[in-house]
Amino acid sequence: MQIASIHFKERAHEKLNDAQLQYNLQKIKGKFVAKRRASLLELDDFEGTREAGRAIRQRVLDDLDTWLAIFEENASARGAKVLFAQTPAEINALVLEIARRHGVRKIIKSKSMVSEESALDHAIEGAGLKVVETDLGEYILQINDYEPPSHLIGPALHKSKEEVADLFAKAHGTPRKTGIEELTLEARLVLREHYLTADMGISGGNFFVAETGSVVLVTNEGNATLTTTLPKVHIAISGIEKVVPTLEDVATLMRLLPRSATGQSISNYVDVLTGVKGPGEHHGVEHMYFIVVDSGRSNVLASDVREALRCIRCGACMNHCPVYQNIGGHSYGWVYPGPIGSILTPMYIGLENAPDLPQASTLCNQCGVVCPVKIPLPDLQRKLREAEFERGLRPWSERAGLRLWTWMAQRPALYGALTRMGVRLLRSLADRNALIHKLPFGRGWTEGRDMPAPAGRTFRDLYAARRVAGTTTKGPLQ
Amino acid sequence: MRVGLFVTCLVDLMRPSIGFAALRLLEAGGAEVYVPPTQTCCGQPGYNSGDRAGALPLARKVVAEFEACDFLVAPSGSCSGMIRTHYADLFAGDAAWSVRAAALADKTYELTDFLTRVLKVDAVPGGAYRGRITYHDSCSGLREMGVKAQPRALLAKVPGVELVEMAECETCCGFGGTFSIKYGEISTRLADNKCQHIANTDADAVVLGDLGCMLNIEGRLRRRGDAKTRVLHVAEVLAGEGIE
Repeated sequence: MQIASIHFKERAHEKLNDAQLQYNLQKIKGKFVAKRRASLLELDDFEGTREAGRAIRQRVLDDLDTWLAIFEENASARGAKVLFAQTPAEINALVLEIARRHGVRKIIKSKSMVSEESALDHAIEGAGLKVVETDLGEYILQINDYEPPSHLIGPALHKSKEEVADLFAKAHGTPRKTGIEELTLEARLVLREHYLTADMGISGGNFFVAETGSVVLVTNEGNATLTTTLPKVHIAISGIEKVVPTLEDVATLMRLLPRSATGQSISNYVDVLTGVKGPGEHHGVEHMYFIVVDSGRSNVLASDVREALRCIRCGACMNHCPVYQNIGGHSYGWVYPGPIGSILTPMYIGLENAPDLPQASTLCNQCGVVCPVKIPLPDLQRKLREAEFERGLRPWSERAGLRLWTWMAQRPALYGALTRMGVRLLRSLADRNALIHKLPFGRGWTEGRDMPAPAGRTFRDLYAARRVAGTTTKGPLQ
Repeated sequence: MRVGLFVTCLVDLMRPSIGFAALRLLEAGGAEVYVPPTQTCCGQPGYNSGDRAGALPLARKVVAEFEACDFLVAPSGSCSGMIRTHYADLFAGDAAWSVRAAALADKTYELTDFLTRVLKVDAVPGGAYRGRITYHDSCSGLREMGVKAQPRALLAKVPGVELVEMAECETCCGFGGTFSIKYGEISTRLADNKCQHIANTDADAVVLGDLGCMLNIEGRLRRRGDAKTRVLHVAEVLAGEGIE
């Protein structure tokens, strides 16, 4: 996917002023939050389950190479081929090679965020093959000239029903429909034809299960089931970090994932796909491949933000993020938006290509408290801010300002003298309502807000004066 | 009981009445209050901006100034949260300072939390304020220090104060320290959403426990043309300071 994270500020500006998008964002915002909250009440002990989820994911990361080896062994024993991709380009090359080997001309695809990292659809079309996205959201984006997704689990959440109605009429050449049921029925009719004629299916993978060599798919539309069982070839693509030790672990994580994502007790479909069709079996694919992707993940594992790899892609962090709720996913400029994207994107594409992402957060920790696997997202954002500071990726004015503050605040007498002058100066900038309309070094503030003026004298000065006057009795500790 | 009052740099510079309100509340609750005259900043601006080296000397200074007290209390969830939950990370790798910082962290409290859970105050000296208020839960106080019921319980002791909750009272106002200047447009939008929720309650005042959020919310209210809704620190309402 094209990287546009360097343009975060401009994009956020554009999105903040896009009336249609703002309407769409406000409409969905409360729904996720309310549904999640209600569904958590079904659990006897959400915090206990959350801790178990954290522990499962952390256990994997602590010995990732071992769990991957176990997964590979068990998947191979069931007739699947496990391939490893180091880079986005390798994902695409592996897919095209498999397609050639099996004489594939048409590919159907269920949702895969990892394939967005490598712009797989473009590579497939570039090789002269046809590809059809079958997740409704991804399909909408595909027929809109491959518009990028804006959310982990709802890629087209930024679009209104009316916008989808226009797109369908244009892409399908049918009369414009506005009912949600009619629209989904139309998508279903169009897609059904492709399921039956495709030569290969590509899916993502919510979990790779080490003990059985299976891939687990968590979906609501049933499209993944058709995509991975009707054609004779199935490729599951996901990151190296998605392995979990056992099906029992999957069961625990499944108590957290749908509830955190959509507020469902369980998703409509959970596919556990294991190996190829055996002799005498009626169901299953003839050829099954796993493409297990590194593409920056081992760098994350070796870094001090490794906890981000615990992510199970529920989207709760962005659903609850006040920044995401107002600027939408496209502002972040790459595959992964919101708080988790503010860690993963700079780690995968380079901090210098996404310097705003770890900074564009109020550190309010709403994301941290809802994360079902306890990723301390604001702490990780702070770690990346440290990396930016150390690597000189911050503007000189910011560095100079911080240095000056530290230097002053270490010297109480000097600090007292300078702040005494500073607050008087600021006070003199205020109008008669004690408001400053324009701050000399804070245009970012006063473009949209006034600055309430300081009282004019510092607490330290006033307190010292009161002590001298004897109105405050307590002295320093002896 | 000797309580060290950390007024915080923002209160020192911008709104000293909050410091005096805190002082009055602590003394009324029976504490002997010590105000280190050399206090400045807890180091949070540097720490949150990635300047760990700049934050460290300021954090050491706070530890040295307050460790002889029985408690450190601040009229801010953000600054008390910095000391209580982040100093451990800041001092990691320095065994001697880690021990001292951990000891201070254990006895560091946000003001309303301290008044309710440690001093267990029955009454507050306020009473000057009468009106309909709504309460904004600042992020660090709420999610780092567990401050939620405490200010509401104390405000309920002020006769003439009627609390009406706004929608999304736990959602960030958009301040975020230097975020408010670096991403002014996003910050303003978040503040604007907050102002709308406040306006919807028809409250005379929004009350909260962190001056950063106060400046942000008040700044946006005034720019929106609301000259009337007051923005008050919970300590000011409880102590009857700065609200005349």
